Amino acid sequence: MPTLTIDGISVEVPEGTTVLQAAKQAGVKIPTLCYLQDVQSIGACRVCLVEVEGARTLVASCSQPATDGMVVKTNTGKVRDGRQMVVELLLSEHDGDCQVCGRSADCELRTLANDLGIGDLRYEGEKTFKMIDESTPALIRDTGKCISCRRCVTVCNEVQEVGGLFAQGRGFATLIGPAFAQDLSDVVCVQCGQCAAVCPVGAIQERNQIEEVWAALEDPTKTVIVQTAPAIRAALGECFDYPAGTLVTGKMVAALRRLGFDAVFDTDFTADLTIMEEGTELLVRLKKALVDGEQVALPQFSSCSPGWINYMEHFNPDMLANLSTCKSPQQMFGAIAKTYYAEKIGVKPEDMVVVSVMPCTAKKYEAARPEMNDSGVQDVDIVLTTRELGAFITQAGIDFRSLPDEEMDAPLGISTGAADIFANTGGVMEAALRTAWEIVTETPFPFPNLHVEPIQGLEGVKVASVKVEGAKGDWAFLEGAELKVAVASGLGNAQKVIDMVKSGEAEFHFVEVMTCPGGCIGGGGQPRFTTKEVREARIAAIYREDEGRELRKSHENPAVCALYEEYLGAPCGEISHHLLHTHYFEHDRV
Amino acid sequence: MAEAVKSCECCAEEPTEEELLERLDAVIAEYKGKPGALIPVLQLAQGIFGYLPEVALKHIARELRKPYSEVAGVVGFYSFFTTVPRGKHLIRICLGTACYVRGGVAVMDAFKKQLGIDIGGTTEDRLFSLEIGRCFGACGLAPVIMIDDDVHHRVKPKRVNEILAQYAEEPVLAETRSA
Repeated sequence: MPTLTIDGISVEVPEGTTVLQAAKQAGVKIPTLCYLQDVQSIGACRVCLVEVEGARTLVASCSQPATDGMVVKTNTGKVRDGRQMVVELLLSEHDGDCQVCGRSADCELRTLANDLGIGDLRYEGEKTFKMIDESTPALIRDTGKCISCRRCVTVCNEVQEVGGLFAQGRGFATLIGPAFAQDLSDVVCVQCGQCAAVCPVGAIQERNQIEEVWAALEDPTKTVIVQTAPAIRAALGECFDYPAGTLVTGKMVAALRRLGFDAVFDTDFTADLTIMEEGTELLVRLKKALVDGEQVALPQFSSCSPGWINYMEHFNPDMLANLSTCKSPQQMFGAIAKTYYAEKIGVKPEDMVVVSVMPCTAKKYEAARPEMNDSGVQDVDIVLTTRELGAFITQAGIDFRSLPDEEMDAPLGISTGAADIFANTGGVMEAALRTAWEIVTETPFPFPNLHVEPIQGLEGVKVASVKVEGAKGDWAFLEGAELKVAVASGLGNAQKVIDMVKSGEAEFHFVEVMTCPGGCIGGGGQPRFTTKEVREARIAAIYREDEGRELRKSHENPAVCALYEEYLGAPCGEISHHLLHTHYFEHDRV
Repeated sequence: MAEAVKSCECCAEEPTEEELLERLDAVIAEYKGKPGALIPVLQLAQGIFGYLPEVALKHIARELRKPYSEVAGVVGFYSFFTTVPRGKHLIRICLGTACYVRGGVAVMDAFKKQLGIDIGGTTEDRLFSLEIGRCFGACGLAPVIMIDDDVHHRVKPKRVNEILAQYAEEPVLAETRSA
C-alpha cells in the first residue's frame, strides 16, 4: 500500500488510489469540475491541478495514481495560479447569462470561480458556438454554456449506454452533442436527463414548465390537480437545505395546497393500481405459458420508467412484447383522474389540468406521447421535476421549512407502503411480490419486515427467486414453482439482463427496470447533486416511509379496491385495458 | 484507398448503393468484434464509397453496435474523413509550419483560382477536390502537396497548371478552367 505525503500529511492508501482520492482521505480538499465520483476521472478540465515533487509540470490529481513516497502540494502559489488560469480560460469562452441562467443558484463553474478567488476576467476571446436545441419535451441544450467537461458523454455512453451524445469535431470547435448537430428528438436520446443531472453548468437543463402551471392555476375555468411521485418526498427537502434522506411528505402536501391546487393527490395511488394490473398481467402470462401451453413473451419487463420504454423501442424492438402493457403510474393517474375522478366531481376532462411532480425528465416526454390521451384529452398536462417544484415553491414565497405537515386528499391520495418503494430500485418488484404472493397463496407474505433483501441496495443487477408454496384456487398451477426475478437500474445494467435472457444464460419470469442508477430517487430531475451517499440516504428514507405505514400492500389499498368496484371491474378487464394499458413502437437504434 | 481504385477500374458501370453496402458488409465482417474496429472500417468505407455518406455511417454504427454519435464524432475528429463526395483526385495542400513559411498559402491560392473552388470543394466535373493537409513529413521539400498518393515537392504557383494536366483527362481540364 503506497504511502504519500499531501501538504505535509502522511497518508497510506490502497493500490490504485488517485492523488485526488488520497487527498480526500487526508482531509485535503482539491477543487474539481469534470470529475465525477465512480464515473469519470479523465483530467479533462485541469481544475484539480496539484504540484508533485519531481514532476515537470502541474498534474491533474483526479487521474494521477498515488505512488509510494510521492510528495504532493495542493496549496502553493503555482497551484493557485494554475487553477485560476484554467477557470479563467473556461470563463473566457463560456457564453453564460449567469444572472438569469437556470443554474445560477447551483452552477459549479460559478462556485469554482468564487472559491478560487477570481476577481477579474483577464482573458477575452471567442465564445463557444451557441446553438439551442429545444426539440424534445424534456431537455434543452445550450451549447454556448457547455464547457466540454464530458460528464454527460460519459454518463450517456457508459452508464446508460444510450450514446446520444458525443464530442463532435476537434479543438476549439468541439461541440458536445448528437451526430452532425442533429436535434435530440431525432436521435436515440431516451430523455432520462442523467446528462442534465451531472452537467456542472447550464448546458443541459430540463424544460422549465413552471409558468404553464401558474397559468393553469390562475385560470378560473380550470380544476387543477397535482400528483407527486413517490421519490419526491425523499428529495424535495434538499431544495430547502434539509440533508439528503429527509422525508418531507407532509410539508410537500402543505406547500402544494398553498400553491393553489384544487386537490393534492399521490402517484402512489396509481403505483398501487399498477401492482394490481401488472401483477395480474404477469399471473396471466404465467398461466398461459405453464397451463395453456401458449407462446407468451417471458420474462415480463416492468414498464413504469419512460426512459426505459424509450430505450427498448430504440435498442431492443424485438422484445417489445416482453414489456408489460401497463402504463406508468403517472399516466394511469392522468387517465383515472380525467375519467373516474372527473365524473365523481362533475368536471369535464377538458376543464381539468393534471400536473405531475416527477423525479424525472423523461416523464415530460411520456406525458406528451400522442397515444397518452385515453380520457379524450391529453391525460397528464404538465410535468414538473423535483427541482422545478423546489423553485416553484420558492417563487411563491412559501417558507417551506415552517410549513405544518398535511395529508393528501382522498381518494387519489390514498396509498400504501408498497407504492412508496416504487421510488427505488427493487421496490416495484418487492411491491409486486408482496401482492402476488398473497393473491396466489392467500397467506401473509413470509419475508421479514416484508422486505426481499436480495433485491435491495444499489447493485446494478440483482436477482432472486421465490418458491411458491400453498398456491390456491386459480393459481394452484404455480404450486412449487420457482419464480425467478431480476432487478436492474441504469440502462447499461438493464441491457446486461437482456443479454443474459437473449443468450439463455439466465431465465427470469419478471424483470424490474428503472432507467436511472438507484431508481427514481436518482432520477434526472432530482435535486443536485446525486452521489452514491445521497442515493443511499434517499432509499433509506423511502423504506422508513414504507415501514411507517399501516397498509403496506397494494391490494389492501381501500381506494384502489373502491375504484375497481365502482368503475374498473376487475384488473386487466375491459375498462382497464382501455385506460391503463398501452402499446409500444419500434424505432431505429441509430 | 486501394479499394476505390479497384472499384473504378474494374467496373464499367457505377456500382449501386446496394453493391457498395455489400462490399462494406464484407469489411465489417472482418473487423466485427475486434477492439479498435471503428477507424479501419471507416477508412475502408471511405475507400469503397469515395466518401462517408450517411447511409454508410448508419450502417457501420448499427453493425458494429456503436452509437451513431460516436461514429460521427470520430469522423469529425480526423480531417482524413469526409462526409461530402470527393472528386476523382484529392489535392491536399500542406499548410504545416515549413510549407506555410515557404509559400504554401500562395500555392493553395493558385489551386483555388485554377480549379475555381474553395477549400473543401469539388470541381463540377467531380475530377478534383481541394483540401488542406497537415504535415506530410517532407518539410525539407516544402512547400509540398499531395495528389492522391503522389507527393509533389517545391511546388510553385506557376507550376499548378502543369501538375493538374498530369491528372486531367482531356477535355475535362479545359472545361474546368473555363468554369
